[in-house]
Amino acid sequence: MSTPFLEVRDLAFAYGRGAARRGVLSDVFLDVERGSVVGLLGPNGSGKTTLLRIVAGVLEPAAGTVRLDGRPLATLSRRQLATRVAVVPQETRATFDFSVLEMVLMGRYPHLGPFELEGADDMEIARRALDDTGTLPLEQRSFATLSGGEKQRVVIAAALAQASDLLLLDEPTAALDLRYQFEIMSVLQRLNATRGTTIIVSTHDMNLAAALCQRLVLLKQGQVLAAGRTEDVLTPENLRALYDVDADVRFHDRAGHLTVVPIAARP
Amino acid sequence: MRVNERSTSGVHRRLVFTLGGFGALALAAVLFAPLVGGTSISLAQVFDRSQPYGSNIDAQIFFVARLPRVLAAALVGSSLALAGVVFQALLRNPLASPDTLGVSAGASLGAMLAITFNADFTLFGLSSVPLASFAGSLAALAIVYGLSVVRRSGTSTLVLLLGGVTLTALLSAVMGFVQFVADFTQTFRNVRWMMGSLDVASYGPIAGALVPTLLSWAGFALLPRVLDLMSVGSESAASRGVDVVRTERIALVSASLATGAAVSLAGPVPFIGIVVPHLVRIVVGADHRLVLPASALFGAALLIACDLVARTALAPLELPVGIVTALLGGPVFLWLLFKRA
Repeated sequence: MSTPFLEVRDLAFAYGRGAARRGVLSDVFLDVERGSVVGLLGPNGSGKTTLLRIVAGVLEPAAGTVRLDGRPLATLSRRQLATRVAVVPQETRATFDFSVLEMVLMGRYPHLGPFELEGADDMEIARRALDDTGTLPLEQRSFATLSGGEKQRVVIAAALAQASDLLLLDEPTAALDLRYQFEIMSVLQRLNATRGTTIIVSTHDMNLAAALCQRLVLLKQGQVLAAGRTEDVLTPENLRALYDVDADVRFHDRAGHLTVVPIAARP
Repeated sequence: MRVNERSTSGVHRRLVFTLGGFGALALAAVLFAPLVGGTSISLAQVFDRSQPYGSNIDAQIFFVARLPRVLAAALVGSSLALAGVVFQALLRNPLASPDTLGVSAGASLGAMLAITFNADFTLFGLSSVPLASFAGSLAALAIVYGLSVVRRSGTSTLVLLLGGVTLTALLSAVMGFVQFVADFTQTFRNVRWMMGSLDVASYGPIAGALVPTLLSWAGFALLPRVLDLMSVGSESAASRGVDVVRTERIALVSASLATGAAVSLAGPVPFIGIVVPHLVRIVVGADHRLVLPASALFGAALLIACDLVARTALAPLELPVGIVTALLGGPVFLWLLFKRA
């Protein structure tokens, strides 16, 4: 049996110490195959962001192991890990007036020496990432003047320029309107199909998760409530247990995936 | 041109132009500012090798009477500008600077205490005034930074700038008290120094400030690319392989050192730390590999120019240079606020 690309075993994490200690994750198991798209669902405060931060190496787990390609994350240097795993946050605000190209070239940071400037190959990688997210025509534009959807696609391009193995996205569409939500989803689908990029995405958007993800992991109060193939996990029973909401789950013929319609909140 | 940009990021070329352009500006300021003054001297005469130094009056005026002050201006201007760049990027706040954060005020109080109580000691090659100044700036920074961390507001403009303004007012009151209890001649010196004054007549004080300045520059040299990533977000920088804690330590200590060195030499010369980085960004863009060296060079040139105005505008009276930088920088700062709003 081959080991999964990303393997999370018995993971636990808590913020604070002593009396203020607040457990966020416990007994979390997770397997992600190379080239798959996995969705993380769960109410606010269920530990989705914390789990992504641990996989990104930004936080260290209190217990348990995370392995990437069979190697424990703890044995990888910051830079090594950054060349494998990249993060796309919910929103990115550039304090200064960087161009789109400059934003994407920042993704090359872990690949360059401390005083090394970007060379022709870095430019090629950045341009390919821009092309793959449909933002190449924007490369000379100021990042700050882009729409929310354009910004998010540029940040995805920066993540691709950084590491095309594993992409972690934390509620990437939460601040976007319907059209941009759809654009981001299409970009992610395309990257997965053409580049084989492995994607883990946390979201509150059930329909986006149903359309995009082959597998889902449901997190509740820091524990895995259910995990498996989307069509097995996305059930009214699980949604009731996860959100205390009665929902209809149906297959949508034109969309070609499951859709979720909430009907009533349970008292 | 276009073809070239297609194949490389162009950052090499921009770096060469930036260093060349701003370097020439700073060099010109250092060479030409000492020529102006009560007695006109000529640059050709100053560097005339056929005349022995002992009888070359122009050379003596240049090197002994005027160059120390110009070099002090260069050192102070570049240090404050660098500190401003680093604070702005690290706190992700374009309005951060040694002045607005209260760091200058902290440095001033430290230096003033050392001067008033005649503290005279050296530690690790640092003399007492720059050292006290550094301690003051670090303490002030710790208070403002701690406030924004405790409030969990991250780097909110409101907390940082209100904290800075409040701290400045508080420290000014303490400085007022110190002056009140100090003797009369001391007070006059203090008041003049607190306005920001480059009344440097020898190389001694410059040498005293040189060690902390060079230490801070060594710290700054590690930062340019990291500041780009930090300015986009510390979380995203961490996920790209930046050691955020180490970076923050190096950056904040270096910026405090630079502010301390500048203030110990010339008092809290206002607005250089906020105005220079913004003017430089208009020319070179946001990339800190360009902004950082360009700000150092332009900060030097600008403060030399301001000091030239300060000592010639009402000659033979010499204005404190802080009055000139405030008259110039205040409106620019207001314009920045307006542009952001």
